[in-house]
Amino acid sequence: MTDTLTHLDRLEAESIHIMREVMADAAKPVMLYSVGKDSAVMLHLARKAFYPSPPPFPLLHVDTTWKFKAMYDMRDRMAAESGMELIVHQNPEAKARGINPFDHGPLHTDMWKTEGLKQALDLHGFDVAFGGARRDEEKSRAKERIFSFRTATHGWDPKKQRPELWNLYNARKAKGESIRVFPISNWTELDIWQYIARENIPIVPLYFAAPRPTVERDGLLLMVDDDRFPLEDGEVPVERSVRFRTLGCYPLTGAVESEATTLSEVIQEMLLTTTSERQGRIIDKDGGDASMEKKKQEGYF
Amino acid sequence: MTDPVYVTDALIAEDIDAYLAAHERKSLLRFITCGSVDDGKSTLIGRLLYDSKMIFEDQLAALEADSKRVGTQGQEIDFALLVDGLAAEREQGITIDVAYRFFTTEKRKFIVADTPGHEQYTRNMVTGASTADLAVILIDARKGVLTQTRRHSFLAHLLGIRHIVLAVNKMDLVGYDKAVFDRITLAYRAFASEIGITHFTPIPISGFKGDNITALSANTPWFRGPALIEHLEAVEIGAAADETKPFRMPVQWVNRPNLDFRGFSGQLASGTVQPGDPVRILPSGKTTTVDRIVTLDGDLDKAVAGQSVTLTLADEVDCSRGDVIAAADAPPEAADQFEATLVWMADEAMIAGRAYWLKLATQTVSATIQQPKYEINVNTLDHLAAKTLDLNGIGVVELSTDKPIVFEAYADKHALGGFILIDKLTNATVAAGMLHFSLRRAQNVHWQATDISREMRADLKNQKPALLWFTGLSGSGKSTIANLVEKKLHRMNRHSFLLDGDNVRHGLNRDLGFTEADRIENIRRVGEVAKLMTDAGLIVITAFISPFKAERDMVRSMLPEGEFLEIFIDTPLAEAEKRDVKGLYKKARAGQLKNFTGIDSPYEAPEQPEIRIDTTAMTPDEAADLIIDRLLG
Repeated sequence: MTDTLTHLDRLEAESIHIMREVMADAAKPVMLYSVGKDSAVMLHLARKAFYPSPPPFPLLHVDTTWKFKAMYDMRDRMAAESGMELIVHQNPEAKARGINPFDHGPLHTDMWKTEGLKQALDLHGFDVAFGGARRDEEKSRAKERIFSFRTATHGWDPKKQRPELWNLYNARKAKGESIRVFPISNWTELDIWQYIARENIPIVPLYFAAPRPTVERDGLLLMVDDDRFPLEDGEVPVERSVRFRTLGCYPLTGAVESEATTLSEVIQEMLLTTTSERQGRIIDKDGGDASMEKKKQEGYF
Repeated sequence: MTDPVYVTDALIAEDIDAYLAAHERKSLLRFITCGSVDDGKSTLIGRLLYDSKMIFEDQLAALEADSKRVGTQGQEIDFALLVDGLAAEREQGITIDVAYRFFTTEKRKFIVADTPGHEQYTRNMVTGASTADLAVILIDARKGVLTQTRRHSFLAHLLGIRHIVLAVNKMDLVGYDKAVFDRITLAYRAFASEIGITHFTPIPISGFKGDNITALSANTPWFRGPALIEHLEAVEIGAAADETKPFRMPVQWVNRPNLDFRGFSGQLASGTVQPGDPVRILPSGKTTTVDRIVTLDGDLDKAVAGQSVTLTLADEVDCSRGDVIAAADAPPEAADQFEATLVWMADEAMIAGRAYWLKLATQTVSATIQQPKYEINVNTLDHLAAKTLDLNGIGVVELSTDKPIVFEAYADKHALGGFILIDKLTNATVAAGMLHFSLRRAQNVHWQATDISREMRADLKNQKPALLWFTGLSGSGKSTIANLVEKKLHRMNRHSFLLDGDNVRHGLNRDLGFTEADRIENIRRVGEVAKLMTDAGLIVITAFISPFKAERDMVRSMLPEGEFLEIFIDTPLAEAEKRDVKGLYKKARAGQLKNFTGIDSPYEAPEQPEIRIDTTAMTPDEAADLIIDRLLG
C-alpha cells in the first residue's frame, strides 16, 4: 500500500493535535514568538489548528532589545496579519542596568532571556507556554518531552518528567506549576525549511543572502545592524554577501557567507553544509559539554 | 560515500528542486531499538546517523575528540557518544531515558526511539514502543538469545508492534560465521512463537564496521538480504493500515468562532471520511451526517487516518470533547468495566481500590483498579499472584470507570485501546494500559428499578438528603462536633444517622487494618453505606480521619451534585496531640502504633472544603450551629 500522507503531512497533523490537546487543560496559554523560522512555522500551525477560530492565545516576545531590526519589522507585521494579541516583554532590570552582549557576556542571555521569560510568565500568570524547540537541535533536547513540566520557580528536573505514550499527554498540574509545550519536537531543520516552502510561510529576509555590513570577531561573522556595535580602533565593517541560519541577538549571531537568495538555494546550502545549525550561536558553548542542559535547569527555554 | 542508498549529494548540487520534490513525497517510519549498551545499540544508531549524513563536521570533530577522551573504542570513533545525551548518563556511561533521533534516506524519513535495555528501564522501553511501527531487537552474536532479548521481544509484542527485526550484531567478532547466525535465529524463532510473534526478519550486522546496514556486505556472502535500511524502507507503516478500518475521530476541541459556525476538531484515529458520510456520535449514539471538512487551506473532499481536521455536522447534535465521531454502520462500543494489561511507571506502587484519572484518546474519567489477577514476570513470562504492581511491574487487572467510555480492544486499534493512569494528587502519569475487552458484568447485573424513588423517600421525611463528611486528624474534635450536630438535628425533627469511625471498625470493617490500602477500602465501604442511607432520604453524618484526598473525592463522586458536604475540622497537629483524648499520639510517638495519621502516615488537608471549622477559634457548640446553618440555610 502506498502512503497517502507524506512525512510533512504527518508532522503537521501531530503538531496540530498537540496544540489542540493543550486547550483541554490549560487555563491561560501563550505562544512564545521569537520571530525566527521555527516561530514562523509554529504560528502557521496554530492558525491551522484552530481555523476558522483565531488561535485562542496571545503571542509573547521576550525581547532583549538587541534583535536584528528586520526581526522587529517581521514581528509587528505577523502580529497584525494573524489578528493575535502581541505581548512584548523586556526585563526592566536588564534595561535599567544597561545589560548588553558586548560588555556582559553570558549575563546578557541570562538577564534578558532566561529571567525575562520567567518574569513575563509570572507577570501574566501563563500556565502553558508553547515553544518551538526541536529534538534534533542539540543532544540534551533529544530527550526533552513534548510536555515539559516546570516547578513554580520554573525549574526543570529531568527525573520528574512524565512518560509520554502514544499520543496521550498528561497536562494536569498543581497550582503555580507550568508547562512548556513543544509541538514541533519531531521536526528537523530540513522539515522546517520544506514546510516553509510548501506552505509559503513568510520569514525574516535575513535568512536569504544579501550584501550586509559585517566584521569578523572570534571566528564569527557578525553583522553591524546598528550604531550600538562598538567597532575597535581601525575596524571597518566589510560588505559581504551573507545570510543567517538561525536568528537571535545580532551581536551573538554568526552569519555565513552565501549567495543563496531563494528558499531552494538556502535548503541546498543547508543540505550540503558541513556544520550544524547551532554552531553560529555562542550560547551553547559557554559552560562546556552540558551547557544547554544546565541552562534548561535554570529556566532557559 | 559510495553507498547506493545515499546518492543524493549529486542531485542536491545539480537539481535542488528535483531533490526537494522527491524528498517531499517521502513517508515517515517510527521505530525503536531494543538492547543494552553491551549489544552495541548506541553504536548502531550512531552508525545510522553517520551513514545518512546526519552528523556535521563540527559534531564529528567533537566526536573524535570525545572518542579519544572517554570513548571505549581506542583510537577509533565511538559512535555511541553521539547519542548519549544527558550529562548524568554520560558520566555513568549508560542511557537512562527515551531519546528520539532523526535520519532520512532516499525513500523514507525515520524517527528512532532510543531506549535503555535494563530491566529497571522497562517503562522507558514501553514509552518508546508505544509510537513505534517496528522494533529492532539487538543481539550480541557472541552471546545469543539472552533473558533481556526475551524481555524486549515480549514488550514489543505487548505494545502491538507488528514488525520485528532481529539484528544479530557484532558479526565481525564471530568471523561472520553463518552457523552462529543460524543458531541464534533458530533459538529466537522457538521463543518468539511461544509469545505469539509469528513473523520476524533476522539480519546479521556489525554496527561498528557497517556490515549489512545500508547495503549487503561482502563479509556475509551467505546472507541474501535485506540489509537493515532496505528493510526499514520497505515495511508497511501502521497508520497506512489504519486507513482501511472503520472511521473514528475522537473530538479534541469544539470550534465555535461565532454563532454561525460549530465545528469539531480532532485527528482521525482510523478510516476515512467524506462530506455526506453518515456518522454516529458516541457514547450518546445520535446519528447525523458530515457536512464539511474544514481546513485553513479550504474544504477537503476526503480526510484519512492520521490527519487533523475540523468537521461540521448536518444536524445540531450534542457533541463535545471526549466524544467519538464514528462510521454510523460500524460504531465502537462504550463500557465502564474492563480487563486490561497495566505497566506500572511510578515509584509509588499501585493501590487497588484507589481512584485514578484514566485518559484514553480525548476522554478523561475516574477509574478504580482492582487487585491484579496476576503479574507477569517479564523475564520468564510466568504469571505470579500479586496484590499490587510496583515500578516496572506488568499485570492484568480489572478496572471500572465512573462513566462509560468509548473504546476498542488495543489489539484492534491503539488509539482507542491505549490509556494512561494519572495520580489524582500528584498529577504524575503512573501507568500505561492496554484494554483487552469490556466485562459484561456491568450489563448483566442490572439495576433493579424500584417504584419508590429516593426523592419520594426524602419528601416523606420533609428533608433533603445530605452527607456531612467530617475529616481531620485524630483528636481534632470530629466525633464531638458530629455528635452535637446530630443531637441538634434530632431536636429539629430531622432524620439522621451518624456513622462513626471507631464504631464501624467494630463491625462492618472489622476485617480491615490501618495500611494505606485498608484505609482506602474502609472509606470506600463507608461511602457505599452512606450513599444507601442518603437514598433512603437520611441526613448522614460521618466522622472519619479519611486522610487521603483521592478517597474523599471518590465518595463525593458517588453522590448527586450538592449532597456531599466536606467539613474540615481544622485542628493543628500540635493542638490535637496536646489534647490526646485517647492517648493514641503518645503510643504512636513511642512507636507502639504504626501508620498513625500525622505521625508516620500523611494527612492530605482538603483544599476547598464546603465548611472549615477552626477549633482553636470556636467552641464545639458554635461549630455545630455553623454547620447546621450551612446545611439547612
